[in-house]
Amino acid sequence: MSALVKGILQLTDHDDAALRGDLGPGHQLAMRIVVRVAEVMQAPRLRSITGAHIDSCLYHGTAGLDFARRLADDGATVSVPTTLNVSSLDLLHPELYRGDAETATSSRLLMAQYERMGCRPTWTCAPYQLADRPGFGDHVAWAESNAIVFANSVLGARTHRYGDFIDIAAAIVGQVPDAGLHTDEARLGQILVDVTGIPERVRELDVFYPVLGLVIGAEVGTRIPVIVGLPPTASEDQLKAIGSAGASSGSLAMFHAVGCTPEAATFDEAFGGRSPARELTVTMADIRRARDQLTTTSDAPLGVVSLGTPHYSVAQLGRLVERLAGRRVHPDVRVYVSTGRDVLAEVDQRGWGGALAEAGVQIVTDTCTYITPVMAEVQGAAITDSAKWAYYAPANLGLDVVFGSVDDCVESAVAGRIVRDETTWADG
Amino acid sequence: MAELEVERTLVAGAATGPALVLDEPLSFWGGLEAETGRITDAHHPQMGESITGTVLVMAVGRGSSSASSVLAEAIRLGTAPTAMVMREPDEIIVLGAIAAEELYGLTMPIVLVSAETMAGITTGESVTIVDR
Repeated sequence: MSALVKGILQLTDHDDAALRGDLGPGHQLAMRIVVRVAEVMQAPRLRSITGAHIDSCLYHGTAGLDFARRLADDGATVSVPTTLNVSSLDLLHPELYRGDAETATSSRLLMAQYERMGCRPTWTCAPYQLADRPGFGDHVAWAESNAIVFANSVLGARTHRYGDFIDIAAAIVGQVPDAGLHTDEARLGQILVDVTGIPERVRELDVFYPVLGLVIGAEVGTRIPVIVGLPPTASEDQLKAIGSAGASSGSLAMFHAVGCTPEAATFDEAFGGRSPARELTVTMADIRRARDQLTTTSDAPLGVVSLGTPHYSVAQLGRLVERLAGRRVHPDVRVYVSTGRDVLAEVDQRGWGGALAEAGVQIVTDTCTYITPVMAEVQGAAITDSAKWAYYAPANLGLDVVFGSVDDCVESAVAGRIVRDETTWADG
Repeated sequence: MAELEVERTLVAGAATGPALVLDEPLSFWGGLEAETGRITDAHHPQMGESITGTVLVMAVGRGSSSASSVLAEAIRLGTAPTAMVMREPDEIIVLGAIAAEELYGLTMPIVLVSAETMAGITTGESVTIVDR
C-alpha cells in the first residue's frame, strides 16, 4: 500500500485486526480499500451500515472479474444484506443474448463470484423497488448512480456516491467512511432550482421529470439542488426519473424537492436555514432545449422502442398494460421493457405478463437493453421515455434516438413510425 | 511547466506526461473505450481524442458509478492516463486506480490542485507529478 498521509482517521481495534488480516485475506483486502477511501474522503472514523447494493457485478472487462475472484477465492463474504445491480446477461430470457460467447462466459463467472460472497441475486438497478428497501435514516453503501440518488433523496436513507469495488468492500466489512452524504452537513441543499415558472400542466406530466433531471445534472455538478415548485403528489417514479437523468448529465447524488422529499418539508429545512449559494430558474425554453439534446434524428424510420431505464416499476408496467389494452405493436417495430425479476414476478402474479406478450412487448430482466446486446438487429431509430437511455444509447449501441413520453412511445410502437405529441411541450 | 503544485494526494506516485485538459468532465463508463483509451461520449466536446499516456486534467468526476471498473480495466490494458489532476476528490475515479494498484501493482497517481493551478495548465505541455 502506498504511503499516504493518514489524516484524521481513527480506527478501532477491530478495524486494525481486519487490516492486519486476522479475519482472512479477502476481508483484509476489503478493509484496506474502505480505509483508503476513508482517507480520500477525510473521514474521522468508519461507521456501520445496514445494507449494500453492488454495481460491480456488471462486466466491464478482466479487471472487475479479477477483483471479485480474488475476494471470493480469499474467502470474503458479505456481512450485511446485499443486493445486486444489473449484470450483462438476462438469465430469465437467455435466448435474447446476441453478444459473443466469451463475454457471456466472463459475465456469468463475474455474477457467480458475487453469489459466492453471499449477495442476493436481485439483478436490478432499482433496488428501491424491492420489498425490503432501506428506511429513513438508515446508513447503506449503495452503488449505481440512479439508486444512490433515490436512496438519499426519496427514501431519506444515507449513502455516499459509491462506485465499483468499494460497494462490495463495504458490504464485506459492514462499514463505510463516516463522511460525505452520511453526515447531516453534507446533505443540506446548496442550489435553489425554481420550477414555478413551468406551467402546472407540465409539472404533472411524467415526461417532465427526466428532462428536469437532465437540466439539473448539467447545472449543479456535485452540489445538492433544492427544487421548488414540484407538486406534492409527485410519484416515486417521477422522482426516480429526476435522479437517473441528473446522474447521467452530471454527478447528482441527492436532491431535495420542497414538500415532496423527506428532508425538505420546508425550504428552510432543505437549506439548513442558510441561503442558497446559487439560484437557478428553469423555463420551458430550458426544458425544450434539454429535450432536444436527447434526440439525434428527426425523420428516421422507427425500429425499436426501449422502456425501463431504470427498471420499470409495477406501477409503470401497469400503465403500459392499460395503454396497450386491445392494441398491438406494429410488426416492423420491437418493444423492449427492462425490469427487475422481482417486479416481473409481481407482474405475472397480476396476470399482466400474458397481456404484454400478446400485445408484442418483450420483457428484459436482470440487465438493460443499452448495456448488453439483447435487442434484435435494429432497422431504424429508437424511441424511449428514459433520459438516461437516450443519453447513453447513441454511444453504446450506435443508434439514433428519439426521446418522448411513454404515450409517444406507445403510439409510435402501434403506428410503426415516430409519433410525438408536440403540444406536451407548449408554453401554456 | 515544472513540478505541479499539489494540494492533496489521493493516489500517491510519480508521473510525467503531456497534459490533456478536458473541457468538460467525462463519464468513463459510456464515455471511454478501455480497449483504445478513446473518448466515445457523443456529448463530449473532445469525442474521439485519446487519453492514453496523458496527465488527464478533469476538474470533477461525472456520471455512472461503473466508471471505477472502466478505469481499472484501462489501467490494466495500458490505455489509461499516466496520472490524473482534479480539483475536487472523486471517490469513484480514485477507486479505479486503487483497484488496479491492488490487483496488478500498476499505479496511476491522482492529485488535487487549486483552481489557479488548474487554470494554468494547457493541453500538450509536459506536467510532472512528484511522489511525496
